[in-house]
Amino acid sequence: MTATVDVTLNVNDTVYSVRVEPRKTLADALREDCWLTGTHLGCEHGVCGACTVLVDGEPVRSCLMFAVQCEGTSIRTIEGVADGDRLHPLQEQFCEHHALQCGFCTPGFIMLGLALLESDPSPDDAKIKEVLSSNLCRCTGYQNITKAVRVTAEIMGTASRPDRD
Amino acid sequence: MWVGESLRRVEDRALVTGAGRFVADYESAARDCLALRFVRSTAARGRILAIEAPDGAQMFTGQDLAEVPPIRPLLHRPDFQPVGQPVLACDEVRFVGEALAVVVAPSQSDAEDLAQSVIVDVDPLDPILDVGAALEPGSPTVHPRAESNVLIEARMATDGIDEVFERAAQVVEIDLRSGRENAMPLEARGAYVEPDPATGRITLVASTQNAHIIRTVIADLLEMPESQLRVVAPDVGGGFGQKQCLPAEYVVAVWVARRLNKPVAWIEDRRENFLSSFHSRDQRYTVRGAFDDRGRLLAVDADLLCNVGAYSSYPVTGAVETLMAFGELPGPYDFENYRVRSRGVLTNTCTVAPYRGVSRPVITLAMERLIDIGGRRLGIDPVEMRRINLVRDFPYVSPTGLTMDKGAYVESLDEAVRLIDLDAFRQRQEVHRNKGEYLGIGFCTLAERTAYGTPVFAGRSMDVVPGFEQVDMTMDPSGYVEARIGTSPHGQGLATSLSQVIADELGVTPDKVRVEHGDTDRTPYGWGTFASRSMVLSGGAAKLAAEKLREKVKLVAAELLEVGVDDVDLISNTARVKGTDISIGLREVARTAYHRAQKLPEDVTPGLSATGVYDPPGTYSNACHTALVRVDTETGEVILERFLVVEDAGVLINPMIADGQVAGGVAQGIGGALYENLVYDEWGNLVTTSLMDYLVPTAAEIPEIEVHHLETVTDHSITGAKGLGEGGTIGASPAVISAISDALSPFGIEVLETPATPDHIRGLIRAAKG
Repeated sequence: MTATVDVTLNVNDTVYSVRVEPRKTLADALREDCWLTGTHLGCEHGVCGACTVLVDGEPVRSCLMFAVQCEGTSIRTIEGVADGDRLHPLQEQFCEHHALQCGFCTPGFIMLGLALLESDPSPDDAKIKEVLSSNLCRCTGYQNITKAVRVTAEIMGTASRPDRD
Repeated sequence: MWVGESLRRVEDRALVTGAGRFVADYESAARDCLALRFVRSTAARGRILAIEAPDGAQMFTGQDLAEVPPIRPLLHRPDFQPVGQPVLACDEVRFVGEALAVVVAPSQSDAEDLAQSVIVDVDPLDPILDVGAALEPGSPTVHPRAESNVLIEARMATDGIDEVFERAAQVVEIDLRSGRENAMPLEARGAYVEPDPATGRITLVASTQNAHIIRTVIADLLEMPESQLRVVAPDVGGGFGQKQCLPAEYVVAVWVARRLNKPVAWIEDRRENFLSSFHSRDQRYTVRGAFDDRGRLLAVDADLLCNVGAYSSYPVTGAVETLMAFGELPGPYDFENYRVRSRGVLTNTCTVAPYRGVSRPVITLAMERLIDIGGRRLGIDPVEMRRINLVRDFPYVSPTGLTMDKGAYVESLDEAVRLIDLDAFRQRQEVHRNKGEYLGIGFCTLAERTAYGTPVFAGRSMDVVPGFEQVDMTMDPSGYVEARIGTSPHGQGLATSLSQVIADELGVTPDKVRVEHGDTDRTPYGWGTFASRSMVLSGGAAKLAAEKLREKVKLVAAELLEVGVDDVDLISNTARVKGTDISIGLREVARTAYHRAQKLPEDVTPGLSATGVYDPPGTYSNACHTALVRVDTETGEVILERFLVVEDAGVLINPMIADGQVAGGVAQGIGGALYENLVYDEWGNLVTTSLMDYLVPTAAEIPEIEVHHLETVTDHSITGAKGLGEGGTIGASPAVISAISDALSPFGIEVLETPATPDHIRGLIRAAKG
């Protein structure tokens, strides 16, 4: 048992004041102190990417980041992706294209896909594959995940294009 | 008809929003939950001298749990040697990673600190790691009281096989070995145990594929009435067989929770999962095939060795791989003469348990290599070799007495050849070869035995005989349907697929159907989800239950509609008088059955429920997998350019889900073919304990997997569906290895080992060049 420190985490626009050991990872703090259990731990050594969340818009492995490092940042997790009952288009397309089976890796893939689409609204397939290859899925064989991201890019691209009359 | 529609899965919404509940989430949500951490052996073999925890620490060792009998799964056959596994090692350790003690602390991190400060003194002995060494006469034994290290030895031979080999035009002999794999579900194992102070009952929430079996065996070991233990399989993050067998840690977790009368949780980390969950494959074969001069396979003679690790996995036993290899090696090929000796060998390594496909990825690799090499020697094309030898007449009885129902073995091959455009590929291959580029194509035609019923498992002489499945179905007073099932899906989308089967039978829309699974308090006894059984067995039982329920709903509706029961149709959530537009809603029918029972005919009992039990003989799916590869002869790298599957799993209930099962299986098979291998050093330390050492494929390695279907009708499944959970994994590895061998055929190379790593391939090329 080591000394604890107070940290303020801004997660999905909600402020959590938590007291954690300095060694506590962001993933553990999210799960145990913010009770946001949608962020999953698949390896705890930074390879599988199941714990991917966005910190200031960038995808990070929350198992490799300490909670104390996140003071003053804006964190987004899977719980903050849908708008109330309305799924985000990427979540919709994951369902539509069977991009998940057991669903354990899914929150990480959705956060990763979200970061990609926010930085590059129309990525080509090679870019999508390259980015998605940083996370592991054991059920799907990946192609439906790639497809869900591709189709979301197409839909959001169409939706965000200004109407012309 | 809802069957045949690619409906979106009902499972998905929770999982894409972070609302799924996996076992670790129970721990996070619980108050006052204590964390468990296991102290694990760093020696592969030795005597335990002392285990010491820091003062004041809470620790339990094998001595404390001495009252708990060992886990000892049984086969009732004379060639099987039952060995027991203490839930915590007591006098001896038998593999690196074996649990020696458990410590208890307020949090997981505290428990990890505590476990690291425990001092373990083991007097080491030379470990028995290699199957060959384990079989040497006079070898020490992994289990001191065992006669030898042979857990199981099965043999058979048909008459006159030596003469067949003597007169054969061509005899091919191969030595083949497969890597040692870990199913690597993204979620490792875990258990959360909560005693109920009011009733004394215990709830075990566990990442498992079969809650009911887990309950039976834990209740037995801890001498509890089963009714005092509730086992819940919540959302389970993949299993692939690894979560089919009983982890000793779950028994310990329940024991500690009862002892302390407090909630406890054990959440396995990835390193533990690699070290001590279950391993699989790790087989080496010597197989001979006799061919006539026209390429006809006349006989197979096989010596099969399976490394089963330190213990026998419950309930299937460590013989499962050995016996499957023994019985199913002939696969989809029609020949009569067969001799086999198949041995499962105990070693000081992690226990082996089923992983998607069990032995079939390896036995299929062996048969496909025999056919390819036989063809190469005889100058016969690999496709033609398969056409000559594949089973064509059904039912077909194999040399080991297995009956194959109707399939489309030749047809799936022909369709794959057409779709891949083999002639065009051969031309392209030639052009590239002239430029020093090595492309290759590989075919794998496979038989996937699925949906084993009771007689099949009984035939293995298992003490615990899985098989049947039951579905309990109720239409509630609101007209909604609940199906409670004994299988335990964990990603297969079974709740969606079953809702389609049930909807068709009851004339309701699938959104009116809810499927309940994975809770022993709420579901009938069943065998869980493994061996490509759930769609066939739970689907069949659901259909039977729904047929009964339909008749009862019609009886009540007929009364209300004042017509004969044969004049009632159930359609679109209503009961309708045939040929008219007169109808009433099923809600009203259901209300009547429960709330106005006085209106029911005298011979109709109140309420709306029915039970179906299904226990089929088993049915074979089949497929042809085709891989196109490019091999870089400088680096040894294999790039998959195309992967195509023509699959026949009978009637597809939900084609989208079926395709997902095939694609996911293929990705795992590709992993086994090219990347995945668990490696022990000479002292028995596992050196591949991270995902940087044990490589599973990413999106960058897996090509688009093209899946096509044929649909052969079988009478071995009342829904017409055959199982298809494992075929992807079974076929992919042989197809890839065959394609690499085709690419490297100018060097005369035949790949006979998985994984075919760059290093291995470069070694083969160096050797071929002399």
